[in-house]
Amino acid sequence: MTAADEAEVVAEGQVVEAVPKRAMTLGTGTSIAVLVVLLAIPLFAKNFIIFQMTMLLIYGIAVLALNILTGGSGQFSLGQSAFYAVGAYTSAILMEQFNVNYALTLPVAGIICFAAGFLFGQPALRLSGVYLALATFALATAMPQLLKLGYFEHWTGGVQGLVVTKPDAPEILQNALKAFSLKISQDMWLYYFTLVITVAIYLWSVNLLRSRSGRAFMSIRDNEIAASSMGVNVALYKTLAFGVSAGITGVSGGLGAIAVQFVAPDSYTITFAISLFLGMVVGGVGWLPGSFVGAAFIIFVPNISESISKGLSGAVFGVLLFLVIFLVPHGARQIAIVGQQLAGRFRR
Amino acid sequence: MELFTNQILAGISTGAIYACMALAVVMIYQAIDHLNFAQGEMAMFSTFISWQLMQWGVPYWGAFFLTLIFSFIAGIAIERILFKPLAKAPVLTNVAGFIALFSIINSCAGLIWDFTIKQYPTPFGSSPFLGSQLISTHQAGMIGVTILLLIALYFFFQYTRMGLAMRAAASVPESARLVGINTSWMIALGWGMAAGIGAIAGILIAPVVFLEPNMMGGVLIYGFAAAVLGGLTSPLGAVIGGFLVGIFENLAGTYIPGVGNELKLPIALALIVTVLVVKPAGLFGRPIVKRV
Repeated sequence: MTAADEAEVVAEGQVVEAVPKRAMTLGTGTSIAVLVVLLAIPLFAKNFIIFQMTMLLIYGIAVLALNILTGGSGQFSLGQSAFYAVGAYTSAILMEQFNVNYALTLPVAGIICFAAGFLFGQPALRLSGVYLALATFALATAMPQLLKLGYFEHWTGGVQGLVVTKPDAPEILQNALKAFSLKISQDMWLYYFTLVITVAIYLWSVNLLRSRSGRAFMSIRDNEIAASSMGVNVALYKTLAFGVSAGITGVSGGLGAIAVQFVAPDSYTITFAISLFLGMVVGGVGWLPGSFVGAAFIIFVPNISESISKGLSGAVFGVLLFLVIFLVPHGARQIAIVGQQLAGRFRR
Repeated sequence: MELFTNQILAGISTGAIYACMALAVVMIYQAIDHLNFAQGEMAMFSTFISWQLMQWGVPYWGAFFLTLIFSFIAGIAIERILFKPLAKAPVLTNVAGFIALFSIINSCAGLIWDFTIKQYPTPFGSSPFLGSQLISTHQAGMIGVTILLLIALYFFFQYTRMGLAMRAAASVPESARLVGINTSWMIALGWGMAAGIGAIAGILIAPVVFLEPNMMGGVLIYGFAAAVLGGLTSPLGAVIGGFLVGIFENLAGTYIPGVGNELKLPIALALIVTVLVVKPAGLFGRPIVKRV
């Protein structure tokens, strides 16, 4: 009797639903309209709203990163908060301890997180589905304790965390605006700074998924065995997806640290990782623009559910999530498609 | 040497907690092929129910069995209402469902019983067990109950028609349906039993970690680690895994410098990752072969 006789034989279940490549993005016209709205918002909004919009973009990038991993390559992660934390700490430490310019810390955060994700991906690539969720879940729970460690306290500030100074707009821009007797606030500058990075990352991700590597990701997602028989290096592309996702999350973490002006171990708990995961589910797995809808969900819905009932905010949140799962299992993508069809009907 | 044996004893007594939790995790994994992230919260809620019953004057064992029945029914109800419609959905959707359940239960428990820490009684007393300072009678009782539970489960799965039907439904659902087993209800039954075992685990753990809505956070991670170590397909493995994890945790804390309470969770993480990489099926689990 061989080992395979005793072994349990199971048919491979699908982890994520297959999303056609064309359905992953918005049309050009819609994209430009959304961009114009995003550009215009700070001109009419108060500073607090601008700050919230900045956070929305930052979380949007983090959800987008998860979306590349899950929607693109079919892997799971409940541990994105860990990479976000690494990115945030990298930026904060470089800015505060080594006086590096804030904009330059972001690529460093991205590279360090890419490396961390790639390394974590090595063991993770042997796992699939539930096991991967479990391993990353453990990573996310362990992260705050690792950050509090005494060894690193010199740099990380231990439990206290680090305070980060908020950057001003560059002087050239300030002087140029002064000529028209206009002023740009810190919040507004940070918003535009984030927006530029968001757009860059978004375009890059869209192109990535349309490239050869993107096709390799999707083939792994849809059928790993078929992919490997077609000559896709499954191990390499799985770890690569992990690394890319972690790297992008790291950049968003760095931006987050700059925007919030504070990093502390307890801001990056498993709850945050779960929020990002929920953002992806709500936005529609594999639909990149949905990431930002999902980010809006995780930023604004807790506030709304708290206003419905203070003590039950978690329950309201959970119920809303169940509603999404049951009524619109494809998240915002489904709503967008319905909207498109309606618009098409009106035009006719 | 005495330090070593003492640490092992202490490890076994903490291990009993993880063993209980791991057993519940494995039970539900067997039935539905998913890790239930809300398992800890379900156990916590059951424990609160029993506490409430005792506050109303129900004696300990009365509250114990009433809670068990309640948890069993609640487990079945959750499956029927929330997760049966998701049976064919992708893994991702199911995980989202578990997280939603987690959030709902945690928040409701917080609202009903608030977040203050509560004492929880033990039927075994807390005097030293057989004169040993390291292991109390409660912990000894806990180990005893865990082992009894394991034996009961073994007999249920090996020697009853129902147990056989559940095993059949879990391993080859199509063939099980062909011989007339209602596989859908077997899954519900698995949920019910997992909820019941979770309730027992919660009631046994509560005197040690105290009763509060977030009591299960760390325990669940260790329960997962134990279940993975023992093999997610084996209840016996889960219990042994639980004890091993408890011992490992204590020994690592004693002999590896710099590993204290603050590194508890990273240890669990390292353990889970190592086991999954070195021996993904765990110590007692069956290896899983994928059909092309």
